[in-house]
Amino acid sequence: MYRSLTAKRKNVSAGQRELTFMERMYLPAILKGMKITIGHLFKKKVSLNYPEVKREFSDFYRGMHVLKRDENGAENCTACGMCALACPAEAITIDAAERKPGEEHLYREEKYAAKYEINMLRCIYCGLCEEACPKDAIYLTERIVPAYYKRKDFIYGKDILVEDINNRVDITKRKQPIKKA
Amino acid sequence: MAKVTIDDIMIEVPDGITILEAARMIGGHVVPPTMCYYSSLETSGGYCRTCIVKVEKGSEKDPRPMPKPVASCRTTVQDGMVVRNATSPEIQKARKGIVEFLLINHPLDCPVCDQAGECFLQDLSFEHGDEFSRFDFKKRTFDLIDIGDYIKLHMTRCIMCYRCVKVADQLTEERLHGVLNRGDASEIGTYIQQAVDNDFSGNMIDACPVGALTDRTFRFKSRVWFTKPMYAHRDCDKCCGKVTLWYQGEEVLRVTGRKNEFGEIEEFICNTCRFDKKHTQDWVIEGPAKISRHSVIVQNHNELALPKDEVQILPDLPGSTSHKKIES
Repeated sequence: MYRSLTAKRKNVSAGQRELTFMERMYLPAILKGMKITIGHLFKKKVSLNYPEVKREFSDFYRGMHVLKRDENGAENCTACGMCALACPAEAITIDAAERKPGEEHLYREEKYAAKYEINMLRCIYCGLCEEACPKDAIYLTERIVPAYYKRKDFIYGKDILVEDINNRVDITKRKQPIKKA
Repeated sequence: MAKVTIDDIMIEVPDGITILEAARMIGGHVVPPTMCYYSSLETSGGYCRTCIVKVEKGSEKDPRPMPKPVASCRTTVQDGMVVRNATSPEIQKARKGIVEFLLINHPLDCPVCDQAGECFLQDLSFEHGDEFSRFDFKKRTFDLIDIGDYIKLHMTRCIMCYRCVKVADQLTEERLHGVLNRGDASEIGTYIQQAVDNDFSGNMIDACPVGALTDRTFRFKSRVWFTKPMYAHRDCDKCCGKVTLWYQGEEVLRVTGRKNEFGEIEEFICNTCRFDKKHTQDWVIEGPAKISRHSVIVQNHNELALPKDEVQILPDLPGSTSHKKIES
């Protein structure tokens, strides 16, 4: 027979027993606990003082995204929307625009992303955008998205995501060799 | 009536229809893919060779097999014919070769192309193509051409299927574009950059199996899979007025004709419906368009996907090949 689902309070006193004399004294238990606490004071610390000391990342750490430029400094992204389609958290929003004559040094192909936004609060850093990208444009890096006070600060636009032409982001570790048939 | 066996499935079909039409009456994996054949355009087909099939037995009276693969869109059925398509490794290999040929000069710029997601060539190369090209030479390139205010021609993407030429021939009074030059150098052109401008020219966009002819009003606006297709109609004095509206949010980004499950339009629409009526209040909405659940367009739109057993609704095929004239 199934018990009906009610808001009736659970009977907790049923399994309880009387405390023994040692348990009622409390002091032995406290001393036992203090021994563990004091013992930890002399052990090696497991945490780091983060901004000053940084832990080494694995080669495949997935942090903040970067939008790459090619060797001439033109943006690789063509706003094909594969990353936004692959994104399970629907964090990516893209608006495409057509490249005008004379902008060839800015954008690699005839279409480019006029707006490229990633909502870092939605992003789960799964790396599927990187996997979906046919143009080598988006990569996840070892950089960390800092904390902000306002929600709108977490919406990263092209001003943050596109790499600085003079200060390139190294993604060689993440690039996997292409298998040739 | 003729009895035909395609991929071990027997079907009785009217005399005089082609193997392709018979295969479409069966439906499913039996149907050969097509790039140039278009059921609602007369004399279409026979250019791309994508729909080749193996005829193992010519007919009851002459049971010899046909010596080489035949184009199913141009070969009529005969009583007792035995055809193999999906179950023939030879045909699958031959089709792989054809895809390789079609892709020789194709730029593969799907990330940029507006047709991506509803492109016949994309589907074909996904299913039958190779992962890498053996073509080491430079692909031919062309400059982009604006054919009138509404249509953009990317000649680099064209696969020479002649569908747009047939649309212009059969739907409009005079054709202003055609195929120039011959063989490897042939290209779709209007000669001296003439604008194709008449009431039904927009149907070339829908008929084009690749992204060679695209809608300039939709150019780079969105990707097909981010838009949501809805069936709608309006009273139009020029055409049937039955269309698909492609929504992104509340906005109608694009208006196209209604495609059947083979991606072909049976009732063509006029340019007024296609380019000028892009507001919800112009239309009577019928409901979400039904699309094969394997299409990228139904991504995140489960309401659009056809239920599994409804995927193979058969059109009234033998009749629909004869082109329906649009009353003007």
